[in-house]
Amino acid sequence: MFIETRVRERIESGKGITTLLFGTPMDAKPGQFVMLWIPGVDEIPMSLSHIGQRAGITVKEVGEATRALSNLRPGDLVGLRGPYGNGWDLSAKRVLAVGGGVGMAPIITAVEAIGDRNRVDVAIGARNIGEIIFEERARAASDDVRITTDDGSYGLKGTVVSLADEMMKAKPYDMVLGCGPEIMNRFLLKACNENNVPCQLSLERLMKCGAGLCGSCVIDGLRVCADGPVFTGDQVSRLTEFGKCKRDDAGLRVKL
Amino acid sequence: MTTLEVDLAGIRLRNPTILASGVMGETGESLLRVAEAGAGGLVTKSIGLEPRKGYPNPTLVELPDGYINAMGLPGPGIEAFAEEMEIAKRGGVPIIGSLFAALPEDFTTLAGKMEDYGAAAIELNLSCPHARGYGMEVGIDPEAVRSIVASVKGAVRIPIMAKLTPNTHRLLDVARSVEAAGGDAIVAVNTVKAMAISVEARRPILYNGTGGLSGPAIKGVGLRCVYELHEAVKLPIVGVGGIESSRDVLEYMMAGASAVQVGSAVGRRGLQVFREICDGLTEYLATHQLQGLQGIVGVAHVH
Repeated sequence: MFIETRVRERIESGKGITTLLFGTPMDAKPGQFVMLWIPGVDEIPMSLSHIGQRAGITVKEVGEATRALSNLRPGDLVGLRGPYGNGWDLSAKRVLAVGGGVGMAPIITAVEAIGDRNRVDVAIGARNIGEIIFEERARAASDDVRITTDDGSYGLKGTVVSLADEMMKAKPYDMVLGCGPEIMNRFLLKACNENNVPCQLSLERLMKCGAGLCGSCVIDGLRVCADGPVFTGDQVSRLTEFGKCKRDDAGLRVKL
Repeated sequence: MTTLEVDLAGIRLRNPTILASGVMGETGESLLRVAEAGAGGLVTKSIGLEPRKGYPNPTLVELPDGYINAMGLPGPGIEAFAEEMEIAKRGGVPIIGSLFAALPEDFTTLAGKMEDYGAAAIELNLSCPHARGYGMEVGIDPEAVRSIVASVKGAVRIPIMAKLTPNTHRLLDVARSVEAAGGDAIVAVNTVKAMAISVEARRPILYNGTGGLSGPAIKGVGLRCVYELHEAVKLPIVGVGGIESSRDVLEYMMAGASAVQVGSAVGRRGLQVFREICDGLTEYLATHQLQGLQGIVGVAHVH
């Protein structure tokens, strides 16, 4: 359903990363997303980084729509459709949650929903210290939170996938949850396969309708909006387009 | 032995539910997936001569009883669609190639390619309500429709179906033109031209302003059109508009449809909607001790 709401609170979560809390509560499963309309600009899919009474999203400036979104102030109007998508399956006993950059948005809601500090560990990665987000929320919900940055400006220097790989080798996990750039997801899947840990990955594609109709966000035959955005490692392993190509506005294949 | 098989302009369909154009029809893999979900036939996204991006978002508004969309006919263009058809054909289900163009000769070019790609039939999009110069803009003129259908008919061997718009008082004249020009079937209806406004933003929600309304909100309109068409032309009719259950299919068939298309329900009910409809139809046949669906086509015309 479509609702109109106003920005209630704007928080700078990192460098160029902004959290907007809505004036309307929203019940959703961790990992679900909304189609967010910025009147006069665009409508884009956004993972919920906050769920329930204080519902909201976290956006990184990468283009025109995300810039307009980042510049919204309390009182500004947005339209919301959703929540859409399947969300995470959080039934596993011991979980390692892995977030790359703003990919932490759907990861942190999963970590909080697990609700047991001993059941979930968190690996957060970003390019630099400014782009590490939700560390405090992660530490409040988990006993083992580790950080990496590409440039070593905070935490360990390196990629979050090599950190996750180390953690899988050192501790037993029943499930890995991952969300980040496709290259990160791809290597995370490889690491999980090597360590024999099943995983779920939240994927991204160009999305138009968001409601399972138009097919613009398909990877092979799977719709990111309606069949995902969370897919099991087994599903992702069978996808021929994952990590290789995506579809543009016209539905033409484009190499990644 | 009861069967849900139907014949549509010479094409055998394992059941009367066909995926409507514009829904999961842009790539081969997604068409394949709908075939696996049980659809009796598949209509592709409307394909034009060139790649086309469509409109920026918002392209869809979700309502309690349907959707309003203005995608703006995005698509990869006829050349790139060859490989999608190759993949889609693996489903073993007849594929109806939907086409849009402005001129008869462009429709002819597109139809020739679609036939080469292995389409079982052509569906002419004479009815999209939100793309300037295409669809409904040509499809409300009986003369323009006559010349498009006649030239495509002369160029390909596979059946030609014309998808018509309800946004005209001349629907029956347009349908008679299709029949006179040698068309093989009528598909009715495309979406109803519509709009949604954000009260707080004080502007239309869709980028394009107007769009096409689909889903249960338009079932009554589609049903009326099919009923009237059945009395106006002898061509087989494919009913579309708000079909989500076997009961909806039966209503359309009793109004005169030989088969039906399902679109919005894929979003509202999920891909299992094809199987659910077919299960319901099988149950109806058993309850009424019927062997097949042919006997119910048009039975609602009682006076």
